[in-house]
Amino acid sequence: MSVIATPARQSTGGISARTVNRIVIYGLLALFALFYLMPLFVMLVTSFKTMDEIQNGNMLALPQAPTFEPWLKAWGETCVGLTCAGIKGYFWNSIKMVVPAVLISTLLGALNGYVLTKWRFRGHTLVFGLMLFACFIPFQSVLLPMATILGSLGRFGVTLRNATGFSFGLGNPTVNLVFVHVVYGLGFTTLFFRNYYEAFPTELVKAAQVDGASFFQIFRRIMLPNSMPIFVVTVIYQFTNIWNDFLFASAYAGTGDAMPMTVALNNVVNTSTGVVEYNVNMAAAMIAALPTLLVYVVAGRYFVRGLMAGAVKG
Amino acid sequence: MAFLEINGLRKQFGSVEILKGIDVDLEKGGFLVLVGPSGCGKSTLLNTIAGLETITEGEIRVDGRTINDLHPSKRDIAMVFQSYALYPNMTVAGNIAFGMEMRGVPAAERQKAIDKVAKVLQIGHLLQRKPSQLSGGQRQRVAMGRALVRDPKLFLFDEPLSNLDAKLRVDMRIEIKRLHATTGTTIVYVTHDQIEAMTLATKIAVMRDGEVQQFGTPAEIYNNPTNLFVADFMGSPAMNLIPATIGGNGNALSVVLQREAREPISLPLADAPTGLSAFHDKPIIFGVRPEALTDPEGAERNASNIATADCHIEVVEPAGSDTFAVTNLGGKAVVARLRADANIQPGTSTPLAFNLTKAVFFDPATENRIL
Repeated sequence: MSVIATPARQSTGGISARTVNRIVIYGLLALFALFYLMPLFVMLVTSFKTMDEIQNGNMLALPQAPTFEPWLKAWGETCVGLTCAGIKGYFWNSIKMVVPAVLISTLLGALNGYVLTKWRFRGHTLVFGLMLFACFIPFQSVLLPMATILGSLGRFGVTLRNATGFSFGLGNPTVNLVFVHVVYGLGFTTLFFRNYYEAFPTELVKAAQVDGASFFQIFRRIMLPNSMPIFVVTVIYQFTNIWNDFLFASAYAGTGDAMPMTVALNNVVNTSTGVVEYNVNMAAAMIAALPTLLVYVVAGRYFVRGLMAGAVKG
Repeated sequence: MAFLEINGLRKQFGSVEILKGIDVDLEKGGFLVLVGPSGCGKSTLLNTIAGLETITEGEIRVDGRTINDLHPSKRDIAMVFQSYALYPNMTVAGNIAFGMEMRGVPAAERQKAIDKVAKVLQIGHLLQRKPSQLSGGQRQRVAMGRALVRDPKLFLFDEPLSNLDAKLRVDMRIEIKRLHATTGTTIVYVTHDQIEAMTLATKIAVMRDGEVQQFGTPAEIYNNPTNLFVADFMGSPAMNLIPATIGGNGNALSVVLQREAREPISLPLADAPTGLSAFHDKPIIFGVRPEALTDPEGAERNASNIATADCHIEVVEPAGSDTFAVTNLGGKAVVARLRADANIQPGTSTPLAFNLTKAVFFDPATENRIL
């Protein structure tokens, strides 16, 4: 964490102004860090407590007898709506939806960036401008039109199944969510890759052309292997966004077997019967947050590097 | 029939004409250098030969085959780029073999070709390294290796030495010349450096604003420039181009050079070009290279037409191998090239010998040579 350097001023005695500045700056940083970490701390601590301890003890106190029971219950037994089989099924629902959505949107973004920088055509700036515009469309405004489109696709899927015996995934809520997230993410992934490839030396593409490589061979052998930083950035960005999405998930897969993690978590917490099991709720929320946390830890060091890449030539 | 023929080549970007009818040809085993200031279209011309740019009009033929509309990989060419364009994710060996891999050459054959090229360029010990682990000169070699391994009909070099430091540039220049001599390949080479052009080429095309100003051997370009631009561009230090008038009468013409606060110099011309008589009493541009303007002892012995005149020396620049003296004639600074040990002081007058056999004359209105 860097600190804003303040010009040192001469002081006439006692503690120098510089030291005071340091104390103020670090004091503020510590305060804000505390502010940020407090909820996480409460969540973690609570998730390892028994219900008795929660009801009778201090919220900030460490667990007297740490127990994994709430985690196991959240994973395998807690009630989501009316079914009581834990959140594990919904966790896998999210994985099944997020992984294809992230990979497809990232690869398509890379392909778009490649075409928009290295195979320029008439009106390429307009196309890029429109794709950029997609980044600014609010979720809410596409909600209903998208529902109509997904409905039509679903009906087409039924027709296909009647005709061929196979619906090709049309109408499947997981496929629907993948489709929505790919379409919505395309603007961002294209923006990331276009800006990265803009600074990518065009002579490499020309050299590969002279060497006889085709459009896709150049993409696969030259562009992609040299796109690691921006690839990681895009994957982290897309993974976090899609995993955390609640609006699309609840609108298009809010009920039924394909319900993603975020919606399930909401249903766990919003139960209206019996005692509110804070420890189980906290454990479920932690489980829901873990994958994004994991992605940051594993790939995070590329994140800053990737965002900076291309900013400076060389 | 020439090996490389370019006929009436035009290239337009929208309404802007980048190449305005290029006609150039090159014999087999020749070394053609396209030289000119930046923005003259020389790199675009090279890219059209490579097939990386389309052409609007005209024809490009290599070894009797029209290649206008062929894909770059089908033209049997190899190209060395200014930035070397080595694939950063592949080893040196991978870089060299990439083209063969794309054409489906079997692995064993590829290895053989890599070894052969590595031996020629002495890069055998670098084969397993990545481009980022190489120095500038080594990258240059690998880039040439990637071109050499294809054994193409035509090599294209796009300012290959401009990223190297001065000393390495001279070394690599010699290396390229040696490579050309030993392999006998046909090369088209783009540069903005007129020394590279002079030293490497068998043919030079001097370009400006999308047009070939002059096309010929280095000696022709240097000694018989067709216009002011070529005269000024080729040669270092540049040719002295002095505003002058033609005096004298009938068969005995002379060049009259104005001087500050002194009477003009009149240099008698023994065998003036025939076109010059039309310019009697009219302004012309008198062109004389620094080495044709020297101290009388250092003047060329067997030149038939040498005239000597006293000149006021303003600046003396000892360069080690030569001494350059700057005087003022016709309102312009004029550089003379003297022997290194010439005893000459700034601020004094000294006789300088004009080798008029080597002098050239230009029409100031059209900028063309007067013949």
